[in-house]
Amino acid sequence: MNPRLWPLLATITIFAIAYAICVWHFPNLWSTRVLGNFLTDNAFLGIVAVGMTFVILSGGIDLSVGSVIALTTVLLAVLISRMGVHPVAAFVIVLVVATLFGSAMGAMIHFLEVPAFIVTLAGMFLARGAASVLTQDSIPIDHEFYSFISSLTYKMPGGGRLSFIGVLMVLVFVVGIIVAHRTRFGSYVYALGGNAVSAGLVGVPAARTTISIYALSSFLAALSGIVFSFYTKAGYPLAAVGVELDAIAAVVIGGTLLTGGYGFMLGTFVGVMIQGLIQMYIIFDGTLSSWWTKIVIGALLFLFIVLQRVLVFASKRRWRGWKAQQA
Amino acid sequence: MHQTLPVLSAEAISKSFLAHRVLDDVGIALMPGEVHALLGENGAGKSTLIKILTGAYKPDAGIIRIEGVEVTPHDTKHAQQLGIGTVYQEVNLLPNMTVAENLFIGRQPLRFGFVDRRRMERAAREMLARYDLAIDVSAELGAYSVAVQQIVAIARAVDISGKVLILDEPTASLDRHEVQILFEVIRGLRARGMAIVFITHFLDQVFDLADRVTVLRNGRLVGSKPLAGLGRMELVTMMLGKALEHESSMRIATDRPAGDVLASFKGYGLRRKVGEFDLDIHKGEVVGVAGLLGSGRTEMARLMFGIDRADQGQALVDGKPVNIGQARDAVALGFGFCPEDRKTDGIVGDLTVRENIMLALQARRGWAKPLSLREQRALADKFVKALDIRAASIEMPVKLLSGGNQQKVILARWLATEPRFLILDEPTRGIDVGAHAEIIRMINRLCEEGLALCVISSELDEIVAYSSRVVVLRDRQMVGQLRGAEITPARIMETIAAEPEGIPS
Amino acid sequence: MNASVLASLAKPQYVALGLVLLINWLLFPNFFDIRIQDGRLFGSIIDVFNRGAPVAILAVGMTAVIATKGVDLSVGAVMAVAGAAAATLVQAGHPLGVVLAAALGIGLLCGLWNGFLVAVLDLQPIIATLILMVAGRGIAQLITEGFIVTFTDPALIFVGTGSVLGLPMPVIIALVLTVAATLVMRRTALGLFIEAIGVNRSASSYAGLRSKLLLIGVYAFCGLCASIAGLIAAADIRGADANNAGLWLELDAILAVVVGGTSLLGGRFSIPLSVLGAIIIQAMNTGILVSGFPPEFNLIVKAGVIILILVVQSPLATRLWGFFSSESRNKAEKRS
Repeated sequence: MNPRLWPLLATITIFAIAYAICVWHFPNLWSTRVLGNFLTDNAFLGIVAVGMTFVILSGGIDLSVGSVIALTTVLLAVLISRMGVHPVAAFVIVLVVATLFGSAMGAMIHFLEVPAFIVTLAGMFLARGAASVLTQDSIPIDHEFYSFISSLTYKMPGGGRLSFIGVLMVLVFVVGIIVAHRTRFGSYVYALGGNAVSAGLVGVPAARTTISIYALSSFLAALSGIVFSFYTKAGYPLAAVGVELDAIAAVVIGGTLLTGGYGFMLGTFVGVMIQGLIQMYIIFDGTLSSWWTKIVIGALLFLFIVLQRVLVFASKRRWRGWKAQQA
Repeated sequence: MHQTLPVLSAEAISKSFLAHRVLDDVGIALMPGEVHALLGENGAGKSTLIKILTGAYKPDAGIIRIEGVEVTPHDTKHAQQLGIGTVYQEVNLLPNMTVAENLFIGRQPLRFGFVDRRRMERAAREMLARYDLAIDVSAELGAYSVAVQQIVAIARAVDISGKVLILDEPTASLDRHEVQILFEVIRGLRARGMAIVFITHFLDQVFDLADRVTVLRNGRLVGSKPLAGLGRMELVTMMLGKALEHESSMRIATDRPAGDVLASFKGYGLRRKVGEFDLDIHKGEVVGVAGLLGSGRTEMARLMFGIDRADQGQALVDGKPVNIGQARDAVALGFGFCPEDRKTDGIVGDLTVRENIMLALQARRGWAKPLSLREQRALADKFVKALDIRAASIEMPVKLLSGGNQQKVILARWLATEPRFLILDEPTRGIDVGAHAEIIRMINRLCEEGLALCVISSELDEIVAYSSRVVVLRDRQMVGQLRGAEITPARIMETIAAEPEGIPS
Repeated sequence: MNASVLASLAKPQYVALGLVLLINWLLFPNFFDIRIQDGRLFGSIIDVFNRGAPVAILAVGMTAVIATKGVDLSVGAVMAVAGAAAATLVQAGHPLGVVLAAALGIGLLCGLWNGFLVAVLDLQPIIATLILMVAGRGIAQLITEGFIVTFTDPALIFVGTGSVLGLPMPVIIALVLTVAATLVMRRTALGLFIEAIGVNRSASSYAGLRSKLLLIGVYAFCGLCASIAGLIAAADIRGADANNAGLWLELDAILAVVVGGTSLLGGRFSIPLSVLGAIIIQAMNTGILVSGFPPEFNLIVKAGVIILILVVQSPLATRLWGFFSSESRNKAEKRS
């Protein structure tokens, strides 16, 4: 069994156990209604986490995604409510703007050879600032298109409703999995994360790939922002504060190494599910305070990070042992 | 006798960096089906020439031809397309990706726009079969040894480029067995008509493998000769421009009387790293440590210096048992250690020459008792003079110095602590032959001043030149000690090979 | 002697501060006006130092961490925990000494935890401190049970809002800390040791340095600084707000250190320059406030500053600069 798969297996196991515990405590959780809502509620985190996975796989990090989500909602509100643009056109505009924004960050990271941490930090300030300058208050979005999309649901056996947004998230993950594991671009992402210098030497187009990765991350953040605007039906500059941390946590808990080069997109999906599960348990319980979420996530992060470390250490020793046998 | 065009030829190549002429009217011609060794001391211009051939640099003057046609490689990718493939010493592949992915990255076979994994792995297996390598191509490259990774890198380079293969110091991290496997691969490629450039410091390997040799010195071409009929001394003379100071097996060290026992390692060992050994270190003597790559020499040094903690045996210093669990303990006892890898384990690059020299002394004194700036400068100046360290100023970052001078800085660092026992791991590796002789002289001088030394080296000639005693390691065990007249390169090699009844292996 | 003084003053950070203050003065001519009231100084320029003190204090600790090639993302959360602990304890009637000791002790403990993860478990600093960043706020909320615990103890309030000799307490605390830290770093070999392990940890260990201990110590110090900042923040609002105390201040602290010239890749550092960096950032913030621009411009200006520094400090710019000043390089090549 390939040791690369161990963190992913660990994540899935933990999720299975956690879900089992939740269902045992609250049998109501075993229903398609809960599943349907679950997918819808966590859609925005899932979509942005797909982008974050690509970034982290390449060895980078994107701190700007939460701010891009907020900026997206504000832009949408301004375009739709104040300027009367049709939502679909507004969606296209924000997606293009976000992609350009991400490309700019990617270009800075590659050409100026500066840490992604700082560049995306600047991006975070810029996006959040731009959103706040556009408006300080919440702007409501009231358009029939929004009601139309919200009404698009598929009734599952058992009474659950699969919303358009929930399906969108699943679709984004499926596309993410295919791109990461089955395209040349995906291999370039892993290559950059494995060894950026070697990647350049074997002909990976580093500039193009880096720019694309951050463009993709911002694109998905904007898509997540669009989804977010459906939840609140408003644009608010202080929306999604701290979401980048939740996304990073989902990616790490999903088994992807923060140093890059190792990880699976599926793991991120499970990571998002785990976060959602913890929140749901707390809501269902009613007696636990919401800050326990943070503590549990922190503990999970710790667990997974130590696990990854142990695995890397163990695989190195296995190899040395193998080598000694050959000699 | 057929007259063929060289596969790759460079004529009258010149290159300068900011008024420093690195290459001056250099040429090289590679024939198909030939292993061509490129030799030269550090600073001779080898790596610059290679960078020009592979498109990383542009020459100021000169012409490059491939099969007679003039070309100008823009960058490494272009050079690859023109048929020039390179495998670097550090392999430079992606350890986190599978073997198949490494072979095909950037050109993976596609099916409807998606990577066709099965076809890729099949092609990978076929490619590696030609090198007698039957490994699981869907496993991570990082799970395999450096030797295997190198063959994968060669397979990739040959597959992409196909005309010329440049191997930059390929044997530096390989043990003897792996070197032979690599040579088989290279001979196979030669038989297929490839032109192979082989850059190395190991003269033995040049004579073993190469057909022709080109020697550079100080940016100029000294000569290009077929190896048949070329003598070792002639080759070394080409490289140095002067005869080596000591011929092989000439000993500078007269048999010194052994001083008192300074340190004693009894039954010392670390499971899976070094089998238990007994070693006494006397004052005023040099213990040479010989053995193949991977035989445990560096591991033994690390144990003695406390970087790794022994799990069996006892260490005694001045007759009293001591616990050497970390480097600090060894330093407190008056030990010093110049590691093999200067860049990663030796110099603190951004710190100045002065700071690097006083670092160990300051570490021993502790954080609360800083040396004054005056004391530091005096210390640094003293050693810059004593060891002839070439640096524009003691305030410059040590990373800007040449390899030889960096080595001297590290030596100065330990000498500043007035050690009683100094361990040197490959002190002359990667340093030009001129500085070799200096360092050998220094080792002898220190020894005469009463310092105890333990020197690990792969250069048998050098070990023979300065050792009072030679300890031989094989496969993580100490297998022999040689004294006096026994210290000759031949005897050392026999002990390493050690077939009983003196039959060489 | 004069030439070197001039050379050290010509650092870009001093120029930047001068520029920012100049622009502030142009936009708001009363910027430098100081008045004394109730034995205490007031004025926009005083405000800059007062508001900038918490970030400056964080920057002192963060500088040492970044010098070891690390980063501490948890300082904001530690601020919240320390503040929560202090507020709860003082409200329960404990004397000031106990309260301060507890809060500082918590900061040290958090720092030791981070140091343990980085030095002993060998985790990457970004990852190791991320854990406490996430969990820490939860812990703070646990202590305050979700409320904003207010307190009325005058001694603790004095820590954040009082003044000595006219200068506000936060400024004095920041000043004392900066001076003390700088003295310890430069008058002992500690600063050199930290730079050495930041540039090359293994080489420093082989030279006999206690790398693990130094690393743990550096993170512990950073945690201590965070708890000091947390006390000031809590005293300032006379309460502990576990949700918002120190929120995102870790990023401001990192920014201050980067503005101050310490490289994120470790090595040479300067605590005074990092504090200067914090002041520059705060001067920009205050300038925006008093000139009538909406405070949201803060963020955009910070973004602009980061981008500017990045461009100037990037290897690309260094290469272009090096191309023009090739003389020194030539000399070095010839001699060595």
